[in-house]
Amino acid sequence: MNFLSEALWVLLLGSLLGLELIGKVPPTLHTPLMSGANAISGITMLAALTLIIKAGSNTTLLIMASISLGFALFNVIGGFLVTDRMLAMFSRKPSRNKENR
Amino acid sequence: MTISSLIKYLIDLLAVLLLALGIKGLSKVRSARYANRLAAVAMALSVVGVLVNSLGDKGIPITAWTWIIFGTVLGGSLGMITAQRVPMTAMPETVALFNGCGGMSSLLVAIGVALFPINDGFGGLNNDLIGILSIVVSIFVGAITFSGSLVAMAKLQGWLSTPTWMQNKLRHVFNIAFAALSLVAAIELIRGGEAGLWLLVISSSLLGIGVTLAIGGADMPVVISLLNSYSGVAAAAAGFVVGSQLLIVAGAMVGAAGLILTQVMCNGMNRSLTSVLFGGALGAGSVADSGGEYINITSCSVEECALTLEAAERVVVVPGYGLAVAQAQHTLREVTRALETSGIKVCYAIHPVAGRMPGHMNVLLAEADVPYEQLLEMDVINPEFPAVDVVLVLGANDVVNPQAKNDSSSPLYGMPVLDVQEAQTVFVVKRGMSAGYSGIKNDLFEMTNTSMVFGDAKKVLGDLLVELKELGVGKKG
Repeated sequence: MNFLSEALWVLLLGSLLGLELIGKVPPTLHTPLMSGANAISGITMLAALTLIIKAGSNTTLLIMASISLGFALFNVIGGFLVTDRMLAMFSRKPSRNKENR
Repeated sequence: MTISSLIKYLIDLLAVLLLALGIKGLSKVRSARYANRLAAVAMALSVVGVLVNSLGDKGIPITAWTWIIFGTVLGGSLGMITAQRVPMTAMPETVALFNGCGGMSSLLVAIGVALFPINDGFGGLNNDLIGILSIVVSIFVGAITFSGSLVAMAKLQGWLSTPTWMQNKLRHVFNIAFAALSLVAAIELIRGGEAGLWLLVISSSLLGIGVTLAIGGADMPVVISLLNSYSGVAAAAAGFVVGSQLLIVAGAMVGAAGLILTQVMCNGMNRSLTSVLFGGALGAGSVADSGGEYINITSCSVEECALTLEAAERVVVVPGYGLAVAQAQHTLREVTRALETSGIKVCYAIHPVAGRMPGHMNVLLAEADVPYEQLLEMDVINPEFPAVDVVLVLGANDVVNPQAKNDSSSPLYGMPVLDVQEAQTVFVVKRGMSAGYSGIKNDLFEMTNTSMVFGDAKKVLGDLLVELKELGVGKKG
């Protein structure tokens, strides 16, 4: 019961934090923000990792958890890289303009 | 508390802090890139935390290491390749694909724990009601996220279109049936039946497909954002399954933030979330009566267009999905550069939902070196259109349809649009007279100050560049 009651508090506070974190977002950033948040939701990789470590000698579970880890990492690594690629296009703009002028 | 678990505890706290700062920073232009990296560092740290804790606890067996490395190399390398190869035009689909995989991961974790309960550790709750409930939620939301995201991706890629029977009200019956089936399966699973597990996986996957398939392409960004929020919920549920507070916080944060982002996007399109989810494809089924034939279309050649542009003082470019499909952003940049060198003032009018996703056009034009200050949002540029000489509409359609303002019977009515018709001259570059994504006739094309230039955006712009050069535009002095 101890973990559960703590976990429910964590869930509640985490949700409230998420609601407050983003207020006004410029349209430019909608796609990158979605993509970045999406990468973070790949945090289930930790669940997959824990499962692999605790699976012991159960091969079926090991394979399932390993595939799960693969899916999650595809989400995380791909997500962060793609977001970075998008944002790189915005951030280099202003400096280059000043050089031109 | 052992040292290793203390370390994990501290790392988890730090990771939560960094993730929150990351999400916060991603909503500001200046800090966005830094924030994204911050979030990535937090994720890497959290992995270290889990590994340290396990090493200090009972150690990690060699077989476990093998499978960890297998999964990491497989998922990581595929993710890297995909992220580098995918063209900027296909960004919305890519986000959908990544998101679906995140949902799949939660789904697999939940199935794994359901099939092979591990009594060691997981908060000791995986055998009681709460444990099973969190497995049910994780499977249900994970499966919906996975199947829904894949359908969204297929629709954006053009692999799938909404089948006609899906536009019927009948689809609600199917979806309610799938939902009811999921509920039955969930109860069966809670009572301990393994059959319930597979029934739940199947019925919730079908529900994801059923709900997403009916939604029109123009609303797809909202759906992807919503599914993104779901994958956060799935992660939080997986956190309950394996007893990880970090997972619960991060999942809840993404879930809630995703919901807000979805709301922000809906506001931008003047659509309510319920009408997106249950209203079906925008204008679907009424294409015939709202469509109709075009009469009085003026088409003109690229030369005429070039002549008018040369004489203009102020030009506004309205980019749309057609520009993205034709990959014409670089050619466009060359044209606007030539105009600018001749002292013509150029800017870009960005509709909040131009392209297939909010911000899609900004990303594309940024890729082609268009200065950030030249991209003007709808509210800024709309009052200025009467003072504009030439508007160049490139592959945009519904976002410049005056029907949205004038015709209360139009399905588009109420959607904010760009008032391009207020300008002196409007050139619409389009491949043919086909309707826009909503399938609705565009009154703009029949207006007297509008001329159509038919052709692929990239080819037209290329020809335009040649014509402009011949006229001496783009040479200094």
